Amino acid sequence: MIELENRQALGAEFQELAEFVLKAAKERGASAAEVGIDKGTGLSVEVRMGKVDKLQYHRDQGASLTVYFGHKKGFASSGDFSRKALEDTLDAACRIARYTAEDEFNGLADPELMAKNPLDLDLYHPWEINADRAIELALQAEGTARAYDARITNSDGASVDSYAGLGVYANSNGFNGLNSSTRHSLSCSIVAQENTAMQRDYWYTTSCVAEALDSAESVGQEAARRTVRRLGGKSIPTCEAPVLYAPELARGLIGHLVSALSGASQYRKASFLLDSVGKQIFPEFLQLRECPHIPRAPGSRAWDAEGVATQERDIILNGQVQGYFLGSYSARKLGLQTTGNAGGSSNLLLTHTDASFQDLLKQMGRGLLVTELIGSGINMITGDYSRGAAGFWVENGELQYPVEEITIASNLKDMYLGIQGVGTDIDQRGSIQTGSILVNRMTIAGQ
Amino acid sequence: MQDAMAYARVEFLTPSGLNEAALDKVFAELLSTDTTLADLYFQAARYESWGLEEGIVKSGSYSIERGVGVRSVCGEQTGFAYSDEISLPALLESARAARAISRAGQSGKVQAWKVQLPARHLYGLSDPLASLSEVDKIDLLQRMDTKARAVSPYVKQVMASLVAVHEIILIVDEQGRMTADVRPLVRTNVSVIVERNGQTESASSGGGGRFDLDYFMNNNRADEFAEEAVRQALVNLDAQAAPAGTMTVVLGSGWPGVLLHEAIGHGLEGDFNRKGTSAFSGRIGEQVASKGITVVDDGTLEKRRGSLTVDDEGTETQCTTLIEDGILKGYMLDRQNAALMGTQSTGNGRRQSYSHLTMPRMTNTYMRAGEYDPAEIIASVDKGVYAVNFSGGQVDITSGKFVFSASEAYLIENGKATRPLKNATLIGNGPDVLTRVRMVGNDLALDAGIGVCGKDGQSVPVGVGQPTLRVDGLTVGGTAA
Repeated sequence: MIELENRQALGAEFQELAEFVLKAAKERGASAAEVGIDKGTGLSVEVRMGKVDKLQYHRDQGASLTVYFGHKKGFASSGDFSRKALEDTLDAACRIARYTAEDEFNGLADPELMAKNPLDLDLYHPWEINADRAIELALQAEGTARAYDARITNSDGASVDSYAGLGVYANSNGFNGLNSSTRHSLSCSIVAQENTAMQRDYWYTTSCVAEALDSAESVGQEAARRTVRRLGGKSIPTCEAPVLYAPELARGLIGHLVSALSGASQYRKASFLLDSVGKQIFPEFLQLRECPHIPRAPGSRAWDAEGVATQERDIILNGQVQGYFLGSYSARKLGLQTTGNAGGSSNLLLTHTDASFQDLLKQMGRGLLVTELIGSGINMITGDYSRGAAGFWVENGELQYPVEEITIASNLKDMYLGIQGVGTDIDQRGSIQTGSILVNRMTIAGQ
Repeated sequence: MQDAMAYARVEFLTPSGLNEAALDKVFAELLSTDTTLADLYFQAARYESWGLEEGIVKSGSYSIERGVGVRSVCGEQTGFAYSDEISLPALLESARAARAISRAGQSGKVQAWKVQLPARHLYGLSDPLASLSEVDKIDLLQRMDTKARAVSPYVKQVMASLVAVHEIILIVDEQGRMTADVRPLVRTNVSVIVERNGQTESASSGGGGRFDLDYFMNNNRADEFAEEAVRQALVNLDAQAAPAGTMTVVLGSGWPGVLLHEAIGHGLEGDFNRKGTSAFSGRIGEQVASKGITVVDDGTLEKRRGSLTVDDEGTETQCTTLIEDGILKGYMLDRQNAALMGTQSTGNGRRQSYSHLTMPRMTNTYMRAGEYDPAEIIASVDKGVYAVNFSGGQVDITSGKFVFSASEAYLIENGKATRPLKNATLIGNGPDVLTRVRMVGNDLALDAGIGVCGKDGQSVPVGVGQPTLRVDGLTVGGTAA
């Protein structure tokens, strides 16, 4: 089993270490301090072509310390938890703080906002697994994939990972919280060949509970299905057409929204959605809600990276922006209150429009289904969007042939307003949960 | 003069009492009768960074990463464990875990321990973190801020950063070789946001390498980075929609060499080719580029960001010819993949840290110069795109499709670079893109020392370079008809 030994005792020890650091910071004259102490253990196996390829044992730990001298701030981190090493790390943070400038917006979050009531988010479920069993599962996934079709000629491997971690965050406002979580996954990446052209695709399942993982066979089968259907891909003539984003890619469209609404891009005026609270940026039917307290969900957290209690809230209501993603620093810069998003967003749920994936294909009629995006071509300041893509050409709501070596381009502002439907085929593997998203029109560059 | 091994002894071996007898014990635990390769990778790295925003240095950080990775390889199979504690008991525990990859009986003994001294050193031993005072580091950032704001009244935000890393490594392998390296790395970056008539744009510039921080103070380099960032951002303010479709593209010299890194570099890494999953697998000896084109991966350039005196397996780096006169010549290899392919490592075995596994990775990848004047190349194009700067790229090594995103580009009309174009992604097919190169410039340049390459979740510093190139037929992902 991949588990932190004596987890309760370890948690208590880390909370005590955190108090030691906070006290030592005070002794050095710091007006405030915060500390994070983390430890994790994991097993990762990878098989390829029916044999074990890699067997890795992970053991990571780190302490990160921030000290404030009034409005001056210093940060240091170390992987050594001996009291001597922690004191040295603290000295390094204090040295840094001597040279950074006064910034009136620096400081801990308001003590009133700290998470007070413990919430059990049910995130720690060690997997009763050893290396042999993990290898067996990975072999099952790869074996299923390789047997799926005669055109599957090679493999990029299948892997099983299990990780258990524990973390303490404490600050000199009296907060000292302990979290522990597990993460397990099974993935398979397979190669198919037709004539001389090869294609590779993959599939994975992930959860904090091993029992919630999809079966090895279904992961292998899906990896194979996705790979084989790409064979014979070709470019298409340059055109304008609607684009349907498969759920695993639709998530990215919401990810760009999170970046654009983050406090840092707002106060730096580096966002295509500057000052957008109250503005209509999506069609009216679209709702996006942040839900940090869903048991066992990948983005769940009781408090953020500053100890601030997280809470459920609307991000987009009837297509209008309800708020930004703020930590205490960006909140003070903007004259707002933190939203408990220091360290990022938690679970984000996009409502669907009661349309299945098939319904969305029908609704699109003629256009492009995108199943892979490569490259990062997004300008967050202007919203200009241009990325490499692969997928399928669709006519009369039906997949015609695989498409590759094309780009899709538009501007995110237009893409958001042009959303015509969100599928019920929700991908629950990540903290952003959405179904397929249909965008009315983009430029497809090809031959 | 002290050598790297002296640093490594003081850092790793002496304090933990790891003498030859202790290493014997570790390898006795690690080696089996079927072990083909095994190593210990000791690493101690110190990082310091400073960040300026809104005219002041708001943030600074210091961190230490220290530990040892233990690897046992039996043919294609790898066992790996690591520890952040450097001691005999921790090493023995890691060795037992790593050795679990083998089902064979224990064997092992290392014949004799011998220190390997590289024939040449590509960078100094001195600590770049200590190469400038804190006050000077902050002055340097403020100087870039002041310069950027002085260049144009449209500059609204300046963000600048300065990073220095000092790393000591020691590799001990199953042949008894002990190799040490001390690696400095510095990097600065300046990003600006400009606003004019309600329209906003951004750009960034920077550089670095394996030397001291005073490099940035010399020859007004910091000022040049600030000026360059502002210049590019202002150009982008005037940019219009890029065209969409397949057309002739002229790529500028230097950093646009990211084309080579994505289009052919990754596809020529040994692991993919040993496994047969690369679009270049089994194609040695075939023509994959136009005649006259030669591409190398060169880890031996003094003080470059992608250079290493020895790689992370203790192999001295070399200049490996990947493509010669258009013909595919060779792959980039680490020890494991070289052994499996019946050849020698090319000194491309790299890892992000002690807690990551070694893989074949690029160092500095570039194309040698050709004969054309860059102006002549642009003049030869009736209609196309001239892309001078890029923000990065990605490749699917199996299908060979790659992208890279232009951050500064111009339309070419009747042999002249005219209007600036908005950012657009370019897509092509790795195995044939270099066969579409019609002209190679005489202006080979390497990038300024900014490259980071990601593979399998591991990041390593790399370099790229090329002369100006004319490519007939890349797909440009704009929005204009």
